Amino acid sequence: MFIIELKDLFKSYGGIDALRGLNLQIPKGKLYGLLGPNGAGKSTTLRIICTLLEPDSGEVLVAGRNALLSPRMVRQQVGYVAQEVAIDKILTGKELLQLQGDLYHLKRSFKEQKISELVERLDMGDWIDRRCGSYSGGMKRRLDLATGLLHNPSLLILDEPTVGLDIESRSVIWGLLKELRNQGTSILLSSHYLEEVDALADEMAIIDCGRVIASGSPESLKKKLGGDRVVLRVREFSDDEESLLVRSILKNIEGVYEVVINKSQGFSLNLVVESEDVLPRLREHLNEENFEVFALSHSRPSLDDVYLQSTGKTLMDAELELAGKRDLKLEKKQSMR
Amino acid sequence: MISSNSSKENNHSTINSFQDLLLETNALTKRLFLQLMRRPSTLVAGILQPLIWLILFSALFSNAPVDFLPGGVSYGKFLGAGLIVFTAFSGALNAGLPVMFDREFGFLNRLLVAPLISRSSIIFSSVIYITSISLLQSFVIMAAAALLGYGWPGFAGLLLVFITLLVLVFAVTALSLGLAFLLPGHIELIAVIFIVNLPLLFASTALAPLSFMPMWLAWIASINPLTFAIEPIRSAYENSFDLNSVLIHAPYGELTGYTCLFTLLILTIGLFFLVRPLLNRKLT
Repeated sequence: MFIIELKDLFKSYGGIDALRGLNLQIPKGKLYGLLGPNGAGKSTTLRIICTLLEPDSGEVLVAGRNALLSPRMVRQQVGYVAQEVAIDKILTGKELLQLQGDLYHLKRSFKEQKISELVERLDMGDWIDRRCGSYSGGMKRRLDLATGLLHNPSLLILDEPTVGLDIESRSVIWGLLKELRNQGTSILLSSHYLEEVDALADEMAIIDCGRVIASGSPESLKKKLGGDRVVLRVREFSDDEESLLVRSILKNIEGVYEVVINKSQGFSLNLVVESEDVLPRLREHLNEENFEVFALSHSRPSLDDVYLQSTGKTLMDAELELAGKRDLKLEKKQSMR
Repeated sequence: MISSNSSKENNHSTINSFQDLLLETNALTKRLFLQLMRRPSTLVAGILQPLIWLILFSALFSNAPVDFLPGGVSYGKFLGAGLIVFTAFSGALNAGLPVMFDREFGFLNRLLVAPLISRSSIIFSSVIYITSISLLQSFVIMAAAALLGYGWPGFAGLLLVFITLLVLVFAVTALSLGLAFLLPGHIELIAVIFIVNLPLLFASTALAPLSFMPMWLAWIASINPLTFAIEPIRSAYENSFDLNSVLIHAPYGELTGYTCLFTLLILTIGLFFLVRPLLNRKLT
């Protein structure tokens, strides 16, 4: 049973394709992570799911409803915590929660009870009656999370929920998300933090350039990669020619499965090897060919390796690359109604 | 602990969608008034500005020749009607600003992901809010004019003032809300407000009668909607007003009080239908 099914979503704004045939099926009752660099289409996907945006084409099913045909039904089921916290500075936190409760037509008694529950659970008691203008980033996030949970949504959607947060607020939020998931709420969150997705998500998908390029549980994705990871440099900054040469040497060594040249990291070589027993052999062969080992590190596969494997670049490089291409002003304009 | 997801139906206040519409409109309106109470400077400025006009401008022309004004009324009394309308007009012209800020700060998105019965409640709350504010400001100016000795209308006159202002405020609010969704940001909206506000005042009969104006200006003033609101209100201050009598001697013909009100009403309805598709497009 799926809580969200997205089929062939396309969306472009201002000549830029944000989504290019995105397909995604998210099972019910799971904590699902969308991992990808900024600008990969995560926010666009989430905004389409919570009916803020319509795709140019494609199908959107949320909680069994067609979000394009009956958006109001979907809105009742979904709690959405946006990336940029939109809070009325003049209202107090409690007044904002009450407003939100009325917008979801909650019974007065239920609303009041639920507000005090959330205030206690998110530890907001000390400041909930102060005006939102005085809140720190972490306080705003917690309040925003509370507004998303007020109507007991069966699906909670969070866009980069802990970006730029202090550690305490982050752990409060992580704890609550796990608790909600254990009680049966489906949760979909986007993140460009590997460790966040690794720590929280039951299942995940990697989004790149408006498409899903890998999905599964973090464990299975890592396992599927198989082998150990080795990053090797023969000098601090190598070049195209040399790295190709080294690669051809490494490829012939027994127990080396794969060699990828990471151009943006000074032409370092990323290897997949059978086990750490291969490492001495690497040194040996390189020495025979008169190459020295400048640096060599070894690890089990990480989510970043999953990402690297799927896209040919590390998440951080993808971020840097996209950062230059993004038109933040245009994006802000697109998010305005 | 967080309560579970069971009994979702019971959480909802009612299955009656009209009551839900009232609930959401009421909540949104309450928010606007909370903002106003905690940040009353716009309200105060909206009263102070016309008040200063009333005192300074009436003093400036207090020595004008007696035959300057029709019927030989004092300039202060003449100006009063103009400033009552100007106050309501400026107030309503700002209607789009809160909506524009909500667009820019993303608060509107918060409203749009909520399962509102009708997104008209966003518009309704703005109209209720701005109408109350504008009328309140206008009545303060009326009271100030009365204190300065420029008179106070009778009951029927008050009713006429109220209806005229209401129709004008609806028209201008519709226009401003339309602009709030059409323009890219608050800077542009404020620029439009700035450009529209004073010229419309000068090119109306608020400060001087038509007979005093050069022909080209008289033409503009007698198609200016402000004039159509000012003249009925000016007549409401007379002891026995008659909406059948001619209030505007426009270059293109004579206009009675009823003609003025009817024209304003048509304008309001027209603007409503003009702006509606835009709001529908932006809010769905």
